[in-house]
Amino acid sequence: MSAPTLEGGVWSEQGTTPTDVEEALRDLLRERHCHSDAFVPARVLNLVVVADREWRGEIQNRLDNVGRYHASRTILCAVEPGRTAIDAWAAVGAHPGDGAGMIEVGQEEVVLDIGPHHLEHLDSIVDPLVVTDLATLVWSPHGHPEAVDALLDLAQVVLVDSVNEPDPAEAVRRSSELAERAYVVDLAWLRSTPWRERVAATFDPPAWRGDLHKISAVTVRHSPDSVIAGLLFLGWMATRLGWRPGAMVSHGSGLQGTAHGHRQDVRMRLQPQEAMSTPGFAGLTVQTASGLSVSLDRGPGGLSACRTDRRGREWRWTAMGASRGEAGILGEGIRQALLRDKSYGPALAAVGSMVAG
Amino acid sequence: MATAPTKVEEPEQENPLTSGLERQPIPPTTLTIFGATGDLSKRKLLPALYNLAHEGALPERFNLIGASRSDMSDDDYRKLAKGSIQEFSRRETDEKVLDALLDGVRYVSGNFDDPGLYERLDTALGESDERAGIEFNRVFYLSTSPSFFAEIVKQLGDHGLDRRESSDVRVVIEKPIGTNLREARELNAAVLDVLDEEQVYRIDHYLGKETVQNVLAFRFANGLFEPIWNRNYIDYVQITAAEDMGIGSRAGYYDTSGALRDLVQNHMLQLLTLLCMEPPVSFSADEVRDEKVKVLHSIHPPGPEEVSEMAVRAQYAAGVVAGEAAKGYLEEEDVPPDSTTESYTALRLEVDNWRWAGVPIYLRTGKRMVRKVTEIAIALKPVPHLAFREEGAVGVQPNRIVLTVQPNEGASISLGAKIPGTRMRIRPVNMEFLYGTAFMSQSPEAYERLITDAMRGDATLFTRDDEVEAQWRIIDPILAAWGAESGPIPQYEAGSQGPAEAERLLQPGHTWRAI
Repeated sequence: MSAPTLEGGVWSEQGTTPTDVEEALRDLLRERHCHSDAFVPARVLNLVVVADREWRGEIQNRLDNVGRYHASRTILCAVEPGRTAIDAWAAVGAHPGDGAGMIEVGQEEVVLDIGPHHLEHLDSIVDPLVVTDLATLVWSPHGHPEAVDALLDLAQVVLVDSVNEPDPAEAVRRSSELAERAYVVDLAWLRSTPWRERVAATFDPPAWRGDLHKISAVTVRHSPDSVIAGLLFLGWMATRLGWRPGAMVSHGSGLQGTAHGHRQDVRMRLQPQEAMSTPGFAGLTVQTASGLSVSLDRGPGGLSACRTDRRGREWRWTAMGASRGEAGILGEGIRQALLRDKSYGPALAAVGSMVAG
Repeated sequence: MATAPTKVEEPEQENPLTSGLERQPIPPTTLTIFGATGDLSKRKLLPALYNLAHEGALPERFNLIGASRSDMSDDDYRKLAKGSIQEFSRRETDEKVLDALLDGVRYVSGNFDDPGLYERLDTALGESDERAGIEFNRVFYLSTSPSFFAEIVKQLGDHGLDRRESSDVRVVIEKPIGTNLREARELNAAVLDVLDEEQVYRIDHYLGKETVQNVLAFRFANGLFEPIWNRNYIDYVQITAAEDMGIGSRAGYYDTSGALRDLVQNHMLQLLTLLCMEPPVSFSADEVRDEKVKVLHSIHPPGPEEVSEMAVRAQYAAGVVAGEAAKGYLEEEDVPPDSTTESYTALRLEVDNWRWAGVPIYLRTGKRMVRKVTEIAIALKPVPHLAFREEGAVGVQPNRIVLTVQPNEGASISLGAKIPGTRMRIRPVNMEFLYGTAFMSQSPEAYERLITDAMRGDATLFTRDDEVEAQWRIIDPILAAWGAESGPIPQYEAGSQGPAEAERLLQPGHTWRAI
């Protein structure tokens, strides 16, 4: 979302007001339309980002890298200690299409430099700048919960990354609190999507579905910072399969606990992988009381899968897929603002009981 | 028409893990491409499979087998496939994913009427199952010359490859399904002699395009349009599929086909059915296709004496396209000098039902026209009374709704608006929605969508036997009438809007929309 990649007009002003910024956006749109009367914005989503001023560039880079998954209008509020006035920069333009004949993707961007005292009533600054009637997504990667709270009346969706909260119980508490007032998209949850899809697919052939009710152990191997992602995965399995999960307790460097299933108890284990530097999972293993074991691990070209039956026979294959990378995860998070995932809420509630006390 | 399945299905236990997943699992599948070294396979099918693999959208367990006449080893075929994917994929390839996709690819060679090919294929399929310890579903993709379709299906039946006890077998058939109604019926009969209709997936790749599917969303997800979607408000409809390119090196195929068979019989009639169909009870395959077939049955096939009033054909003559001199159709390489194959067709059809009676639906398609565009233009009736003085202004024009399929996918609506000033002067303005600017993702290629649908067993975007035959029932009399004519056919200048003769199809007050 930085200026050099955007073709179109730019406006900036120091000591400005939301009214002036909104007027500037209208002028920029007219200007862009005069430049090319084929430029007609079709919008679907507002994105409001609240970030620390010193990390503004990094956030802009992350948003740049989501490519076509960007929001139609992005309002980045950069919080600078000691600042009292609002400085603003706005641009309306288009990212050139991917090739000849491709449609240029319209984008409207606003960067507001604001002070900490603006956060409590940030809605009064942002409200005039969002496109009315569109869904509005709020993302506050550097904390600032008071800003998010202030925006909840105008936003329908909140983007969080629970791995940023070191205490899983606090992460669950905050996401649950937000979920009472908005739809929550959690990047920690989205990082587990391919794993959830693959586990679901592994047990999907009708002959193997019966094994789902014989599951006796689930182990998730995860990045040290992704405990909450592992918990959400276990919470998802518990809610989908009707287990009653108990508390997870420390076990070595990880956590373990038991869920009560219909037929047998299920041992749940989280094993941090110290060597893993990116958030997410390294692998997982599902075992059944009948002696079946299915493992999925990161591998070349996708997830390396291994199925072992009770007689010790092994089948290996690759569940293909390219890594989405952190930019892909963020892009997916923005896209998810337009969708509704019914399984996250119950999984989050299940995690609540796993980390309680 | 669809027949009842013969296999007795036991109720399946549900998989609770799939609930809430955006991408539902696809059963383990072995895909066999017949014609695996051909152009379609190299340019479309293999790249589509790679893109699905890249996105993690292939089945959890997936095998690919190439079958073709060329003699080559598994390794040679893997190299060919890799090169094709690297050249034609819509995204840069990830070598690790590409290697994972191609790792277990098998290749079997032989003539399509050679029983040995099917024996080798049977062995390869069996080995895939054995290695995995499961019975894969099998999808056979017929990407060969149409003349082999019936033979391949017969051989599949002869070798017991047409159905299995505990997994599904499906056959995907590329267009064209025959070159006339008789051939279409013969091919359908030959195919259904071996397979059940539920096993047959006839591809019209237009239906895999996001913007074609968007016609249904546009109509049935917006309360704004459906109330006016009828003869009371719509004056006429024009469906255009224009290309600026000539036939290139495809004379061998094109001169035996022509515009009517190549585009109208399939793609354009499909667009017409989506535009005119009644809302289906649900978006299940047969509910949607039932409604489409009703539209086709509502179109009166012309009698011999009616063809000249409702159909025009022409060939492009030499002209200028994009500033460059362009040859005429008869001067193209390998086109016979006395060819009467049409490179342009325009039709006026009517859908004789309660909703559409009396509304002309104009179709036109041509090569070497002024530009490339595929669109559906809906012209609304004029307002009943004009209270505005029109002096000094274009005035109030009937509204138009234009659904553009390609290249700038989207929709536009023309509205009358006041010209700023002290007087009430009106001019039309366009309100546009460009699909690609609004949505935050790349559209998948049509073949990606259709291949996954076939593996999933969702036939909604495939044409049913009765649908194909209903399309031919409309087109056949026109072909017959044209076949009985002798002498040269009308011409239009390359790079133009088409032949002047097309004007005679228009009813008073109607005009062809500028391409």
